[in-house]
Amino acid sequence: MVLSMTALHRSTAGRWLVWSCLFFGSLIPLGWITWEAVQQRLGADPAQVIVTFLGIWALRYLWITLSVTPARRLLGFGWLQRYRRMLGLYALFYASLHLLAVATFILGWRPDLLLRELTERPYIIVGFTAWLLLIPLGITSTRGWQRRLGKRWKTLHWLVYPISLLVLLHFAWLIRAGYLEVLIYALVLAFLLGYRLYLKWR
Amino acid sequence: KLRAATRADGLSTDEKLTPYEHVTGYNNFYEFGLGKDDPRARAQNLKTDPWSVEISGEVHKPGTYQLEDILKGVDLEERIYRLRCVEAWSMVIPWVGFPLAELLKRFEPKGNARYVAFTTLHDPEQMPGQRSRFGTIDWPYVEGLRMDEAMHPLTLLAVGVYGDALPPQNGAPLRLVVPWKYGFKSIKSIVRIHLTEQMPPTSWNRTAPQEYGFYANVNPAVDHPRWSQSTERRLPSSLFSPNIIDTQPFNGYGEQVAQLYSGMDLRKWY
Repeated sequence: MVLSMTALHRSTAGRWLVWSCLFFGSLIPLGWITWEAVQQRLGADPAQVIVTFLGIWALRYLWITLSVTPARRLLGFGWLQRYRRMLGLYALFYASLHLLAVATFILGWRPDLLLRELTERPYIIVGFTAWLLLIPLGITSTRGWQRRLGKRWKTLHWLVYPISLLVLLHFAWLIRAGYLEVLIYALVLAFLLGYRLYLKWR
Repeated sequence: KLRAATRADGLSTDEKLTPYEHVTGYNNFYEFGLGKDDPRARAQNLKTDPWSVEISGEVHKPGTYQLEDILKGVDLEERIYRLRCVEAWSMVIPWVGFPLAELLKRFEPKGNARYVAFTTLHDPEQMPGQRSRFGTIDWPYVEGLRMDEAMHPLTLLAVGVYGDALPPQNGAPLRLVVPWKYGFKSIKSIVRIHLTEQMPPTSWNRTAPQEYGFYANVNPAVDHPRWSQSTERRLPSSLFSPNIIDTQPFNGYGEQVAQLYSGMDLRKWY
């Protein structure tokens, strides 16, 4: 599998194939939820379902982006490295849709509600902060910016670690009962971040 | 099908009903899972017949009574109530039931009975949510009311919804409905009613006392620590015009119930 993926990337067609699979595959969650909404299969509170769904996919893409390095080092998935930017941008993409869905479907763009939610709710402030911090990472994810920023690029993109912790906190803060799901994501993140500490200190 | 119930017009709202599909498909009933669609998917085999209810504590006629005996000679009424969930969504539901006061009077509460405690069925075999090790609620689910709240004419014991017997996901065969309080007070699938002198423990209060009080009266002025209670989304909400409405004190039943709390600081007794 590893060998064949590496082999696949030797040809332009192979690279194009993998790129399309990842690019279009990442649109499947959006396509699915849109389809379900159009078919009116989301139940009594479609707004909440859509918001939760987009949020969890933003979180998953962030976690996936953070898995690229461990996957490369531990599993030899060197080919994955070139798609890390795309995966990270999908995290920002789903996070932005999540936010847009909250403002549109839950708050109806009512200024008083928007202001209140953004200033009074700790879990929303935390989530919103994570999204704000992701934006510069998205903007500077291109090769041009990487060149321009030089060493500072790495410093800036180190922000993804605190961002991931903010995202986890945002998620955990919403729980009313039953913390199994958040526990699983927390354990995965603990591994992804812990592995980096291990690389640094060994 | 239930015996034809006459509508209690004076005690009913004429707001637009939430469709049956949503009333019975969007439920918080953690005994069957945490998802809103889990109860409908997983509660269908709940055995509700035979069903008995234990009446105990400060009453002259304690005992364990079969549900059909409890319902004998009871006049069922239809009551259309608003239901406001603490999660800030709401519905309008046509319940079928009878006043809790009627039942309590039959068992003759003693003079020192000050509170009524309720317990939901505890049966992990039938209720998968009670087998979960990652929940935060200690089973069985318990709730309680002060005696005057329990005796209030709005306080209903429901056995049906939309003219039919309650489906399991809505708390069959017997549940409480207290329309001026957050939904979690309206305990489902009741197996025990216990009259007591002491304020009884309640499940959500035990789980997160700073978030859920004993009274849990709907109150737009007192926010849940993590979200606002000043507005609610009336379900079903449609995507591009979310049905956001202002939440009313006591869920709009203030005229009938506010006097129960006169002199109480509702910020303290949330």
